[in-house]
Amino acid sequence: MKVLAFDIDRDLPQAHRDRKLLRWLSTVDHKQIGKLYLLAALLFFVIGGTEALLMRTQLAVANNHFLSPEAYNQIFTMHGVTMIFFVMMPALLGLTVYFTPLMIGANEMAFPRLNAFSFWITFMGGLLLYFSFAAGGAPDAGWFNYAPLNQNNYSSNGVNYYCMGLLLAGIGSVTTAINVIVTVLTLRVKGMSLKRLPLFVWMALVNSFLIAAAMPALNAALCMLLLDRLLYANFFNVPAGGSALLWQHLFWAFGHPEVYILILPAFGIFSEVFQVFSQKKIFGYAFVAGSTVAIGLLSFGVWMHHMFAAGMGNTVNSFFAASSMLIGIPTGIKIFNWIGTMYGGSIRLRVSMLFAVAFLIEFTIGGLSGIAFSIVPIDWQMTDSYFVVAHLHYVFVGGSLFGVFSGLFYWFPKITGRMLSEKMGKWFFWLFVIGFNLTFFLQHFLGMMGMARRVYTYAEIPGYTILNLLSSAGAYLMAAAALVLFYNIYMTLKQPPLQNKDPWNAFTLEWYADAPPKKKNFVDVPVVNSRRPFFDLKNPDHPDRD
Amino acid sequence: MSLDKRTWLIGSVKRIVTSKIDRMQNKIMMRLTIGSEAIFFISLMIAYAYFWQSGHFGQAATSHLDIFKTGVFTFLLISSSFCFYRAERAHRNGKTTPMVRWLLATVLLGFVFLAGQAHEYYGLLKQHLSISSSEFGSSFYALTGFHALHVLIGLVLISILLALSVRGYLSNSGSSLLATVGIYWHFVDVVWLCVFTLIYVLPYCI
Repeated sequence: MKVLAFDIDRDLPQAHRDRKLLRWLSTVDHKQIGKLYLLAALLFFVIGGTEALLMRTQLAVANNHFLSPEAYNQIFTMHGVTMIFFVMMPALLGLTVYFTPLMIGANEMAFPRLNAFSFWITFMGGLLLYFSFAAGGAPDAGWFNYAPLNQNNYSSNGVNYYCMGLLLAGIGSVTTAINVIVTVLTLRVKGMSLKRLPLFVWMALVNSFLIAAAMPALNAALCMLLLDRLLYANFFNVPAGGSALLWQHLFWAFGHPEVYILILPAFGIFSEVFQVFSQKKIFGYAFVAGSTVAIGLLSFGVWMHHMFAAGMGNTVNSFFAASSMLIGIPTGIKIFNWIGTMYGGSIRLRVSMLFAVAFLIEFTIGGLSGIAFSIVPIDWQMTDSYFVVAHLHYVFVGGSLFGVFSGLFYWFPKITGRMLSEKMGKWFFWLFVIGFNLTFFLQHFLGMMGMARRVYTYAEIPGYTILNLLSSAGAYLMAAAALVLFYNIYMTLKQPPLQNKDPWNAFTLEWYADAPPKKKNFVDVPVVNSRRPFFDLKNPDHPDRD
Repeated sequence: MSLDKRTWLIGSVKRIVTSKIDRMQNKIMMRLTIGSEAIFFISLMIAYAYFWQSGHFGQAATSHLDIFKTGVFTFLLISSSFCFYRAERAHRNGKTTPMVRWLLATVLLGFVFLAGQAHEYYGLLKQHLSISSSEFGSSFYALTGFHALHVLIGLVLISILLALSVRGYLSNSGSSLLATVGIYWHFVDVVWLCVFTLIYVLPYCI
């Protein structure tokens, strides 16, 4: 009895050929699983976005009563947890598991069943988290869930669901990370040394090490919190001798690498997009790859910059201020690499590239506001204000989410065999960018004017109302943009598939596969002699030489 | 993936033969897993160390814990690692009967360790040291409890190996199962050595 057969389509069990739902639920095909991740991310994006709209509606005018304080606390907590753990992680990991095997010329991930397990346990984590609404209320202590607010006597039952949901999602992320590392280390096609990896795969590899190293700290903290809440242990219970500060250490030891986990795959997507849409190879591959490793390592040495206001003392603060300034350098290097890639290239401003160029500007703004926080006295003034909210949205949305959008428009023809409408895409882009900047740029000023975050309303302070009102208007623009995107996807999927499997004239191996790829990705693979094997195949008279 | 690069069941001889690439993948996978779990245990140990001063752990440990009894059980856990190593060697040489015997010894020693742990917990609970009674209680039970859970997981894995070997799937060398599970089992042992040193030995040194 053979476990694998050449013709997978012919030898699929009859049940799988007839029953589409069963196929989706039991698939171990990395492409199906990638799509499942993206669909789950889409679902949670709609939910998380609705939570954002609810918040912005509440904050549109002073002394508003649209949401009660208790409801507001639950909404902002769920918005943060949802967007980070159930939108961005699944979207980025979904693209990772979809494209990593294709880009290295492999037919499958190293552990296909583990891949399926990872998706389903992540999804279960999300469902468990949302079950809290039906079980006495969602978690309401903020997405970083500080002690002692996270203790039994100060927060709702929902915090238990926060712990359990994130434990499950964390297990899913770590198993995916391990799967990706083993895949990249063992299943590369002949000729593809690590120095010839596509940058998306390189970022996925470094990112996976980050995930495997950072998530356990969160898991430990969540387990300790559950022990506190359910078995009355004393880890964070201050009157009994526990330490609220310990939670902060453990959480941010995870939390800081987590933000790099969210941005590295986006960096990878942009590295591919900049090359293809400038029709030029990346400027300074070694610097992009090397600075990524530097970011990975340094990211474990900056966590206390989230705790400058916790009274750790000047010595500790100075060290982490310095390390936080240092970590800005490798990211800055990459920005120059991408600009250098565009310089002298023949640039095509398709929607994918529009998001990439916008990313350069938005992420730089976010990076600048972030590095401002490394100056400790500025942090003391701005912490827990809307300046932080502005910063984090510029990097998460302008960085990670734009990466997902750019990747979506770039890879849609590969995943589905159809190209998203450029016209609707441009409407989506401009509506979203205008809405996004309207909402969050003004929040820099609100923060500097002293508006605190995570408070359900504000008094009639001069300037607050107009800025908040405009900020809320921006949120509605983003919602409209999202509707345009969904309509675009819906209309595109109704069209017949293209015949062109390489619509962008791209460079990497995934474009050699069919569009959409067959169940078995590659029957044969081009010879790999450089970093752009598909480019070499199409240009045999002037191939790359590395 | 082409046909010859997968673990498969060969005809009527029910042996598991792992290809070279699968063996490499399993090893890397297990090493990454224990690496991640190591950081989990390090986080718990950091929490333990964090409360050392304020919770008077040195005093609490010396007054509540029996280093000699637990030392004996530590020795038994180390012996179980040795037994597993012998089982792996027997498998590599294709000798099924000694392999089964050594695997059985590993499982038995593992269960004795867990029984010893349970007995210790029982004694501590009678002394009114529970997870909620003090900082020391919380940190002690969390660290040793999660370790015990990992031992249990390991015993489940080894029991599966026993079941497979009894049915004949592991006759002849060629499977990477023992090597892979071995990485995990030895990791569990090393974690216990670190935990034992931190909780039982250190109070006598500092």
